[in-house]
Amino acid sequence: MLDSKLSGFSSAQINKKRFRVGEEIVRGLLFLAAFLSVITTFSIVAVLAQEAATFFSEVSFWDFLSGTKWTPLLEPRSFGVLPLVGGTLLIVVGAALIAIPIGLASAIYLAEYSSDQVRSVVKPILEVLAGIPTVVYGYFALTFITPLLEIVLPSTKIFNAASGSIVVGIMVLPMVASLCDDALRAVPSSLRQAGYALGATQFEVILRVALPAALSGIMASFVLAASRAIGETMAVTLAAGATPNLTFNPLESIQTMTAYIVQVSLGDTPAGTVEYQTIFAVASLLFAMTLSLNIFAQKILNRFREVYD
Amino acid sequence: MIIETPNSSVGKLNAQEILQAINVTISYSGNPAIDNLSLSVPEHQITAVIGPSGCGKSTLLRSFNRMNDFIPDVELKGRILYMGEDLYSSEIDPVEVRRRIGMVFQKPNPFPKSIFQNVAWGPSINGYTGSLEERVEKSLHQAVLWDEVKDRLQDSALELSGGQQQRLCIARALAMEPEIILMDEPCSALDPISTAHIEDLMFELKLRYTIIIVTHNMQQAARVSDFTVFLENGRLVEFGNTQEVFTRPKEKRTEEYVTGRFG
Amino acid sequence: MKNQSLRQRYAIGRIFHLVCVGLTWLGVFVLFILLFHVSREGVAWLDLQFLDSFPSRFPQKAGIKSALLGTVWLISFTATISIPVGVAAAIYLEEYPKRSGISHFIEINIANLAGVPSIVYGILGLVIFVRFMGFGRSIVAGSLTMSLLILPVIIIAAREALRAVPTSIRQSAFALGATHWQTIRSQVLPVALPGILTGVILALSRAVGETAPLIMIGALTYVAFVPEGPMDPFTVLPIQIFNWASRPQDEFHQVAAAGIIVLLVVLLMMNGVAIWIRHWAERRQR
Repeated sequence: MLDSKLSGFSSAQINKKRFRVGEEIVRGLLFLAAFLSVITTFSIVAVLAQEAATFFSEVSFWDFLSGTKWTPLLEPRSFGVLPLVGGTLLIVVGAALIAIPIGLASAIYLAEYSSDQVRSVVKPILEVLAGIPTVVYGYFALTFITPLLEIVLPSTKIFNAASGSIVVGIMVLPMVASLCDDALRAVPSSLRQAGYALGATQFEVILRVALPAALSGIMASFVLAASRAIGETMAVTLAAGATPNLTFNPLESIQTMTAYIVQVSLGDTPAGTVEYQTIFAVASLLFAMTLSLNIFAQKILNRFREVYD
Repeated sequence: MIIETPNSSVGKLNAQEILQAINVTISYSGNPAIDNLSLSVPEHQITAVIGPSGCGKSTLLRSFNRMNDFIPDVELKGRILYMGEDLYSSEIDPVEVRRRIGMVFQKPNPFPKSIFQNVAWGPSINGYTGSLEERVEKSLHQAVLWDEVKDRLQDSALELSGGQQQRLCIARALAMEPEIILMDEPCSALDPISTAHIEDLMFELKLRYTIIIVTHNMQQAARVSDFTVFLENGRLVEFGNTQEVFTRPKEKRTEEYVTGRFG
Repeated sequence: MKNQSLRQRYAIGRIFHLVCVGLTWLGVFVLFILLFHVSREGVAWLDLQFLDSFPSRFPQKAGIKSALLGTVWLISFTATISIPVGVAAAIYLEEYPKRSGISHFIEINIANLAGVPSIVYGILGLVIFVRFMGFGRSIVAGSLTMSLLILPVIIIAAREALRAVPTSIRQSAFALGATHWQTIRSQVLPVALPGILTGVILALSRAVGETAPLIMIGALTYVAFVPEGPMDPFTVLPIQIFNWASRPQDEFHQVAAAGIIVLLVVLLMMNGVAIWIRHWAERRQR
């Protein structure tokens, strides 16, 4: 019997299938650990939906989504979320204006032009940029960018959207750079070779061959960056302000969805009140927005992988 | 003992058969890699499996120790009998199968551990209660590696040369004292001298073990094996005494392959 | 005529190249401006008294002790919870055969969770850990929340480390009659460990810098004591920095800068350890 003793030659008879208790227990525990992610997602949805449902039993869904005044904590109360959404979008657009050009340009530089030496310096620096906590960026926006803006554009308020969006842009650009870099490097060099063989210059190969080939990956990176910018909290809380204000003027003070949630929780809001429920309503909207963007980006990326697999 | 098998030539064996495949078809996602194959492997002999690239040699080999189980979407029809027991019966534990039927791979792949730990790992996780030192020494002797490594058993296995690493992998398989050793092109990544060492080793090993070796090197098959199986496109074309398969093959296709008219 | 247009094409190419280089170095430059600005503002306020005192109404007396220790407490507990769970989940997904739908579903969930804004995790933590499970505004609630937040990061990093282990090791182990868990425990994990550790440290350093979820679960912004147990209320470095930066007085802004320097040093040390582990592992793998 080849069970607990291996001695001499193994016997010819093979042991019957054993239910290895230890193995199954381990497998079960590992599975539970993995399944926790499903439980987490479910919990997030349940938690948000429950309170949001209560909220929407008192406030009309349409008023929420289309109203332009957000004053849930003051009389007269108004629950139109558009100012918060507007504030968030203002930040995202501003951030995109910074992150996309610089991120994409860096990726092109790293993937197409630079030597390995330069790459080994620049990539880590970008990673450091990505690793700096958002609070630090908020501080930077408040104490450096805003004063700078005030000098250049005197109508800038102390709390303004521009400062917040610049800093969110800086925060998000390493992500754009990294993803676009990956996308460009995934383009087979044979494609570029074909371009060169037809007499194209390096710039033309990049513009006409590499970038179009990497387009899905690049677009996905933009979408993911937008999603990240939407979810950004501390920098905008510090720099952009706490005044829900539906405006296109980035020099004014605004409030993002995330900053609003922080504001309410910094105060003492008893559970069960409408003010408390606004947290969940806004958070549900936030969650829905980022989730859709992430799914959208994933779809773009999947189409990208199909082409090369 | 005469084995009647469909669509193949008959071989006369004088030895006890230890492993039998009966009407075996192995498919990956519906595509057959082995098609209705039957053969018997005699004990204490070296059986070589030859054939052109992609003919299913490795698939066949891996079916003997249920290593194909790890490939998703694989299906096996027919039976594979080891000492009369169906290896694929739902009652049989694949882990137990692999304790008795060992394998040496194409590229030497020792564990990133010491030489001693490499050989001792198999027995120790399988609950060996005897002396591991003795077991390791015995296996290294059998693999003709002991003299070269006896003073540095604690060194990393990765410091050995390619040929030594492969002999270490053989020792590692031997430490389990299997009945059958499956070798999947064991010398294709090695230089000629190491190859010669391992071929010599095989002659010694067949006294205690049964060896099935897949090789794309026909000269090796002719040098080393007692019986030869010729596969093409997943089908068994011919099976018999190596001498006969190479000098007086019964099938035309076999003759064309062994004389190098296609490969 | 052809030469003319070729020269033009080259010229455009050169301009593009310069633009790319310029924008890249602009990004790099920003990092240095930021670091320079923070150092200049904060370094004067950075002294032992700062490290050893509690926050105060007076900027001169303000200190970071409670926040620093709070961070240490929080990260210790977060690590204890998230590392085993994250590595276990990664092992399951990477090493065990895919059981049709479920594994894929789990993977989708993890990918999505990685992109959820951190403040949503804070809300989850508030409702479930603080209120429902009754842990209150404690370190336990904070660690559980942060663990959920960084779990996807750990899982993704650990999976990559496991994937980097050559398949041949697993094949040889199985061929010797080893079970799944024997192979994982004794062959795969030891090889993957440096990569896993690196990923874990990076995930934890992300946790160190997080603010919003902890504000949500009620980590206080003014804490003048050191936590003594896991059920105690607490604050952390980023929240303290946020508190100081939110004040109108310039001096508190400078105190905030000093706090930032401390935070960055902590992060630097953690990342340094991660890099050291990576180098040590590469050296060992020869």
